[in-house]
Amino acid sequence: MILAPADLPLWAAIGVAFFLLIGASLTLIGAIGFLKLPTFYERIHAPTLGTSWGVGGVMLASMIFFTVTESRLVVHEVLIGLFITVTTPVTFMLLARAALHRDRAENTGYAPEKKKASLPVQEDGETHPADN
Amino acid sequence: MSAIILFTAVSIAQLMLAAAMAVAFVRMFRGPRAQDRIIGLDALYVNAMLLLVTFGIGTGRVIYFEAALVIGMLGFVATVALAKFLMRGEVIE
Amino acid sequence: MLPYPILTVFLILMWLLLNGFTLGHFVLGTLVAVFASWGMASLRPDKPKIRNWHLLFKLFGVAFYDIIRSNLAVASVILRGRPKGHTSSFLLLPLEIEDRTALALLAVILTSTPGSAWLEYDSHDRTVLLHVLDLVDEEQWIDTIKNRYEKLLMEIFA
Repeated sequence: MILAPADLPLWAAIGVAFFLLIGASLTLIGAIGFLKLPTFYERIHAPTLGTSWGVGGVMLASMIFFTVTESRLVVHEVLIGLFITVTTPVTFMLLARAALHRDRAENTGYAPEKKKASLPVQEDGETHPADN
Repeated sequence: MSAIILFTAVSIAQLMLAAAMAVAFVRMFRGPRAQDRIIGLDALYVNAMLLLVTFGIGTGRVIYFEAALVIGMLGFVATVALAKFLMRGEVIE
Repeated sequence: MLPYPILTVFLILMWLLLNGFTLGHFVLGTLVAVFASWGMASLRPDKPKIRNWHLLFKLFGVAFYDIIRSNLAVASVILRGRPKGHTSSFLLLPLEIEDRTALALLAVILTSTPGSAWLEYDSHDRTVLLHVLDLVDEEQWIDTIKNRYEKLLMEIFA
């Protein structure tokens, strides 16, 4: 299955294995927490383990491996890492706002009530009504 | 020696990531409300992307990296569209 | 000619990373980046005003360290359960920064740090609703965010 390991020095193999196992195990722990934690707002924390050091570890391992085997600097994995780091907050914020909105509309008691002080337009938690 | 270390690490990492995908799938299937299912889908695609990168390390081919990049981008757009739908009931206003 | 120089540089860098560092790809990437940044100009996003470049690296260092630490903390909460006296709860955090780029950066940092999630920003009250997984003392959390990140961000963005 492995095609080009013959010329891989020992230190590189150990480095790749180390970061790969760290990334994969943090992702697995995050997934277990995702199954175990009781409420939605606690569960939202678990996948960030996978998107921070899960992605980071696997990408570092891949960078070391391809840099050594191709004997030139291969860093395009940084792009995936950067992309995931920037997009995760966007998805989580949107999902959290949708969840807050739904919980408030149905009075499930999970979400804290919004203070009805400012504009009455903002009943759905939209912060920039003028932008739409 | 280094081949054995690498093979073991890649195999274990692939097993762990596959297990993480399975767990995320269980949450997506069970998840009491729609937002849980969407977060499950999000975790599922991130794990699938990581699994593809480990396949790339295992086989030594760079082509898996591009597949991973495409999965990451499509997954992000899908999750955002679903979250938007959940909040408003429509995707494009 | 170049409305967003930083964006253009990063687009060229991305093109070269994806296609390999050759002169031909540099020319092609420069063309694509210049046209893309003209396209961006027609959207007219706010231009970030960065005053202190060197503090940006300090911010990334602090955030990197905190991400490692809170990864381990959240992993132990998941595997061993929460220690006695710790709860998970919502937290209303008053903010002083108003710059959109600074807010976006703070949101990215707080969300990618496991254990704290940015839920909702209210631009009228200038508060943000956070959810914290492992909470001991609310005041201490607010102080940490304000002193560690907000001060730095206020110094970076004019």
